[in-house]
Amino acid sequence: MYQNYQSNKGIFSSLDWITIGLYVILIIWGWFSVCGASYDVSNPNVFGFESNSGKQLVWVGTSMLLAGALLMIEKRFYYNASTFIYVVMMMLLVLTIFIAPDTKGSRSWIPLGPVKLQPAEFAKFSVALAIGKYMDRYGFTLSNMKEFSKVVAMILLPMVLIIAQKETGTALVYLAFFLVLYREGMTGNVLFAGFAFVVYFVVGIKYEADLITDMPVSVGEFTVLWLAYIFTAILMLRYQRKCPYVVHTIVIGIAINLLAYLFSAYVIPFNVCIVQIIVNIGLMCYCASQYLYERHPRHILIMLFALSSTITFFACDYVFNNILRDHQRVRIEVLLGKKEDIRGAGYNVNQAKIAIGSGGFAGKGFLKGTQTKLRYVPEQDTDFIFCTVGEEEGFIGSAGVLLFYLAFIWRLIVLAERQPDTLGRVYGYSLVSIFIFHLFVNVGMVLGLTPVIGIPLPFFSYGGSSLWGFTLLLFIFLRMDAERNLKNK
Amino acid sequence: MKDVNLENRKFVIASIALVVVVGYIFRLAYLQLGSNEYEDKAKHNAIYNKVLFPSRGAIYDRNGKLLVYNEPAYDVMVITREAKDIDTLELCKALNMTREQFDLRMEEIKDTRKNPAYSSYSQQLFIPQISASDYSVLQEKLFRFKGFYVRERNVRQYKYPNAAHILGDVAEVSQFDIEKDDYYNAGDFIGKQGVERSYEKELRGTKGVEVLLRDARGKIQGRYQNGELDSLPHPGKDITLSIDIELQALGERLMQGKRGSIVAIEPSTGEILCMVSAPTYSPKDLVGKDRGKHIMQMVKNPSRPMLNRAISGTYPPGSTFKPGQALTFLQEHIVTPGTPFPCTGGFRYRNLKVGCHSHPSPITMQPAIATSCNGYFCWGLYHMFNNRSRYATTQEAMTTWKDYMVSMGFGYRLGVDLPGEARGMIPNADYYDKHLKRWNALTVISISIGQGEVTLTPLQIANQGATIANRGHYITPHIVKSIKGGTIADSLKAVHHTKVDPAYYEYIVGGMRSAVLSGTCSGAKNPWYEVCGKTGTAQNRGHDHSAFMGFAPRNNPQIAVAVYVENGGFGAAFGVPIGALIMEQYIRGELSPDSRVRAANIQARSIN
Repeated sequence: MYQNYQSNKGIFSSLDWITIGLYVILIIWGWFSVCGASYDVSNPNVFGFESNSGKQLVWVGTSMLLAGALLMIEKRFYYNASTFIYVVMMMLLVLTIFIAPDTKGSRSWIPLGPVKLQPAEFAKFSVALAIGKYMDRYGFTLSNMKEFSKVVAMILLPMVLIIAQKETGTALVYLAFFLVLYREGMTGNVLFAGFAFVVYFVVGIKYEADLITDMPVSVGEFTVLWLAYIFTAILMLRYQRKCPYVVHTIVIGIAINLLAYLFSAYVIPFNVCIVQIIVNIGLMCYCASQYLYERHPRHILIMLFALSSTITFFACDYVFNNILRDHQRVRIEVLLGKKEDIRGAGYNVNQAKIAIGSGGFAGKGFLKGTQTKLRYVPEQDTDFIFCTVGEEEGFIGSAGVLLFYLAFIWRLIVLAERQPDTLGRVYGYSLVSIFIFHLFVNVGMVLGLTPVIGIPLPFFSYGGSSLWGFTLLLFIFLRMDAERNLKNK
Repeated sequence: MKDVNLENRKFVIASIALVVVVGYIFRLAYLQLGSNEYEDKAKHNAIYNKVLFPSRGAIYDRNGKLLVYNEPAYDVMVITREAKDIDTLELCKALNMTREQFDLRMEEIKDTRKNPAYSSYSQQLFIPQISASDYSVLQEKLFRFKGFYVRERNVRQYKYPNAAHILGDVAEVSQFDIEKDDYYNAGDFIGKQGVERSYEKELRGTKGVEVLLRDARGKIQGRYQNGELDSLPHPGKDITLSIDIELQALGERLMQGKRGSIVAIEPSTGEILCMVSAPTYSPKDLVGKDRGKHIMQMVKNPSRPMLNRAISGTYPPGSTFKPGQALTFLQEHIVTPGTPFPCTGGFRYRNLKVGCHSHPSPITMQPAIATSCNGYFCWGLYHMFNNRSRYATTQEAMTTWKDYMVSMGFGYRLGVDLPGEARGMIPNADYYDKHLKRWNALTVISISIGQGEVTLTPLQIANQGATIANRGHYITPHIVKSIKGGTIADSLKAVHHTKVDPAYYEYIVGGMRSAVLSGTCSGAKNPWYEVCGKTGTAQNRGHDHSAFMGFAPRNNPQIAVAVYVENGGFGAAFGVPIGALIMEQYIRGELSPDSRVRAANIQARSIN
């Protein structure tokens, strides 16, 4: 007991007060935004429990208590209990699928008396702990395929469970953990491939129906096949530098593509994509031949990349038209500007843009925004909270929020890097990645740059689960960070 | 186990965060620091300008009798998006319509060709102007008919069924009106004809506005900026017309079953005392839900009841034109009052003959006016146009003649304060040069007796009467006497002098007095005051038109009048008795018993 007290006392002096300061600033700023967003013109009491701003005050208060409590829990506890916590959380996620009532199509909210909790918001920290603990072993390396697969499985399991709860948006947040894996040694090619496929998808879908002038060729297909060629070529130049005739092969491929294009443009118009596909197959054959010669898996991986890139256009098309649900498809179409649907699916985004754009440089003033106050922006105090910031505080306020976030993330990176062990660092980077992902997707969707995926803006969006979830994530880490020197002693 | 290579990956991760934040700040700058487009859209969303309509000015006659006022009417409006799950049959019952009519009306509203401003989110006009009693029935049940609303509006009401052409009407603005004047919005009312149109700006007042905040569901959530931008409506100004509604009513009665016009002017002021155009209609016909039906009927009617013949109809003035000719000849020294011209059954020159009726010959000016001798005026014009000592050419003589006519108010619009005035026709030398290869006095001789190319509006004829009554000047004839809290335009008070010396007018007055005492206008003679008059019988392809121009009393005249009855035959047949009755009514304030009998007889006579 005495020792515990002593260590706790030491903890407070080595706590990172910069992060706590940023946390407090963001949370207070967030509360004022919730006031603005949930302000009822006919009932202007922002403290009443019947208003969301009043309730949010309760969540803020309880979060502070939670934060204080978390600072009392030693890192050793998490180290020991991480597997147990992970298993319990996964079981809770499974249970949720069956016991949660249907709320707007999703089965992720468990009603507990007057409030509702969303286990998916709390599962993140358990994954962060679990993979941190798993990787915190002597000699662990992600370049071991078996180990790598196990870590990926630990990340994918909650994703699958949350998708089963029909909370695709929250599930996608778990993709952020790949950024952690990247920091821990996963090859950057995974991120590169992910980036490439997003580009294929966006370009392919957006320009699918456009034809190149005077040619029976879809701009989308043509561009995606070119990109597939270029990305494959980049990989080949990087990893097959020493293979014979690699540069020749690539140049010949480009030449054939160009000739086909010119022939189609000036002689007989035909579908150039057929030639492009054949050329790409040529690259695959080259990789296959190198594999047969060297028996090194990198050739097969490049070949698989080229193969999947080449069929990606058709796959995108298939995913887009057959796998995505209607509302998801429409959201993407609206985002890519394929559909103007101001009254329907595009309504939120359009009204959000109006709200932000109308804020101007200095904003309309606290509680003076009309777009958000008069409920033109749906979900204005949860997912679309950034609209209120943009409308009432203008460019200064919204850019300010973003810069504070940047400072916050920056600080977390510093903290993560100074952790003495892998658990601390992995946990820290999990935080960094999750915050980056939330910021990227949430603010992006409000600004009309990313698809509408229902995830909250940490500390700003109204809601107990989300606030508690982020507080939980953060303060576990702050306690770990505070112990960084103890362990060294 | 620190791996420096891996540690450097923190920069990659930090860069991702940096790129996201910087990218989003650029996007924010684009949205927030660019155009005001989004600000306007936000205002368009949230701000609802509730228009407060001012009451339109009332209209009185010259004696202060109320003619036009406002009464509330109720438009039934519908928001089609909300109008679901209602008891249609019961609504039909409340609105006095059948299910078929209901469905048809709904289809009409939703048809964007017929209703280009259609939106399922905003109120659309379902039935215009139901009566107060229908409204009270509907009001009780309205809460049950979701999506249906009632909009209260003021509509015009009329105390008398008369003076439709003068008063004009009020109806919803056209697209053209909206584009021309941004004061108007779709659905506003505007004066379409008559005084309602020419005094629209005075009558309409100024709209007020309440700037309200409206939420996404269309519910009003309070005032924008605490009502700082609100303004109260300013009611329109009341207008007093110069017409005497009793005189107007008598005129309309006398013109029943006929086509034509009566215009009476107070010579000393130019105020129009009555302005009848027949056939006419009741101003009440153009109010309410049957407005469209009545307009269609009138548009199809070959007698064109909507045409205001008093200012828009142009007629050959016939002999009512002669006083102006005599004045021109006198001023140009073509004749003296004693100059005789021969007339043996008309004007004869070589093969040309203009017929006349029997009277002593030769004849001087006053008897020529009294008997309406054609020969005298033909000779006058002949001598004028062939007077080479005064005019180098016929053209120059013609131009001089035209200038006299224009100075008397002919050939151009007089500038009456009513829309649709025609200018009539006074030919000039250019006109004949263009239309006739060779011409001379003989070719155009019929203009001297108000035939041929010459046409005047009844207003111009009446104005000539007023000019003679004033001995050489007139004041722009006008229909509005005063505007409460405003002034009438200076142009309506302008005094116009003709090119003829006032002294010459006494000869003409004498001639017109003789016409009443012993000439063509003897029907206008009465024991109470001295009437001066001039008949006109205008030749026409069909039956001649009957015209009269006169004023009374001879000294200090109170009224000048012009009567024009299409196909009425001799001037003495309709023109004289109608003119006489109008003068009697106005000067004496009532008709004598004999006159009342005469009035009834005239009223009963139709001309087909």
